[in-house]
Amino acid sequence: MSVPDDLQYTAEHEWVRLEGDIATVGITQYAADSLGDVVYVELPAVGAALAAGAIVGEVESTKSVGELYAPLAGEVVEANQGVVDAPETINSDPYGEGWLVKLRVSEPPALMTADDYRTLISA
Amino acid sequence: MQRSPLHDEHAALGATFTGFAGWQMPVRYSSDLAEHAAVRTAAGLFDLSHMAEISVTGADAGAFLDVALAGRLSALPLLKAKYSLLLDESGGIIDDLIVYASAEAEYLVVANASNRHAVVEALLARQADFEVQLADLTEQLALIAVQGPAARAILDHTEGLATRDELSRGRTLDTLGYYAAMGMAWRDSPVFVARTGYTGEDGFELYVDASDAVALWRALLAAGEAHGLMPCGLAARDTLRLEAGMPLYGHELSRDILPEQAGLGRAVAVDKPRFVGKAAIEAGPAGDARVLVGLRAEGRRAPRAEYSVLHGEDAVGAVTSGALSPTLGYPIAMALVHPDHRAPGTVLDVDVRGTRVPATVVPLPFYRKED
Repeated sequence: MSVPDDLQYTAEHEWVRLEGDIATVGITQYAADSLGDVVYVELPAVGAALAAGAIVGEVESTKSVGELYAPLAGEVVEANQGVVDAPETINSDPYGEGWLVKLRVSEPPALMTADDYRTLISA
Repeated sequence: MQRSPLHDEHAALGATFTGFAGWQMPVRYSSDLAEHAAVRTAAGLFDLSHMAEISVTGADAGAFLDVALAGRLSALPLLKAKYSLLLDESGGIIDDLIVYASAEAEYLVVANASNRHAVVEALLARQADFEVQLADLTEQLALIAVQGPAARAILDHTEGLATRDELSRGRTLDTLGYYAAMGMAWRDSPVFVARTGYTGEDGFELYVDASDAVALWRALLAAGEAHGLMPCGLAARDTLRLEAGMPLYGHELSRDILPEQAGLGRAVAVDKPRFVGKAAIEAGPAGDARVLVGLRAEGRRAPRAEYSVLHGEDAVGAVTSGALSPTLGYPIAMALVHPDHRAPGTVLDVDVRGTRVPATVVPLPFYRKED
């Protein structure tokens, strides 16, 4: 199960890549594998102001619906139309082309390290 | 948690497991969609060892089942299968099952894993007046299904699986009809092979002694390699059966549903002199009792079990199962709705997590294989 060391994680199985004040957010390979084949993605609109922990979208597989939580507060600066058009990208490349949204954040988040996240999903 | 005799095979194939009716079973091996597509275009291999097998033997076996179940099983010709229902006194469905006339004065009743104990209890409670013996064979038997257009070719090429005259009674896989069965030999053991299924495709279900399951599973996989056979989990099985419009116990069927409401009136032989639930079946469901319909929804979001079905501001029903159909490419669902809204072409809405999604009543099944 891939858990890249250079990312941060949430207990809701999202990853965050922080570059300056822009946070790229996706769901982990563990989450994608658990959902099964993703067939529908709904993302927040560009410009939306998100509160940390708010439900901001959903990722739906053949079997189930996963809600997407904002891992940190921020303004949506980009939503990945590529995964809306080809939801299976989330399964095939969760940390790359399968990213979901980019947020502009005002303060750096306190999230889990890759080691912490590995411990969580192996429990 | 019970494990199938094939558990280690599944683990070796990389299966993701799920708890289902007290069993740990594979939910998928690779991808739900790839497994689903394999069954529609080539073939899929399923472990159904969690399903319950109960043998009913004795001089009165047919007469007993006529009283215990909704169908007329005494009229079932030898080596034929019949879909039937186990009803309670109020006509509610305790389980839906497949019954095989497996030998002279011998039937094999195959029940849902989740209802195994309820079925055994009900059958035991109904046997008082009859000379029959019941035996729960669930843990002695493994059940392996090969489903899809290549299923017959795969069985033909499975090493060690052979027709033997003393078991087959003149039948061959080629001439075996739908909902019929035959005895075959798996190496030195008998295997009961039925041309039934739950996916909407041609296919076979193989009942073998649990101790033979691993070797037969491997032989089927090997024979299937050239035919695109994929091992398939419960997730693919669910989308396949939904496309085929087949009810699932606990979703479309329950003790609160009379057979007629689920479109299963034909499974009840109402003219039998006596069977459990007869009075309630004759009285019929209330005029406003909900009935099962198929829905085709717009967009890409699947209506899921328990979502409300709306007509204007009125909640007129609830979804029982739904998915974005992998084969058809649009969302499909089954729902129990007020009978005023049952006609095909009726446009309703489904409340998909707060959003109204238009859905049109369509006939079942959603998908039918080409003949």
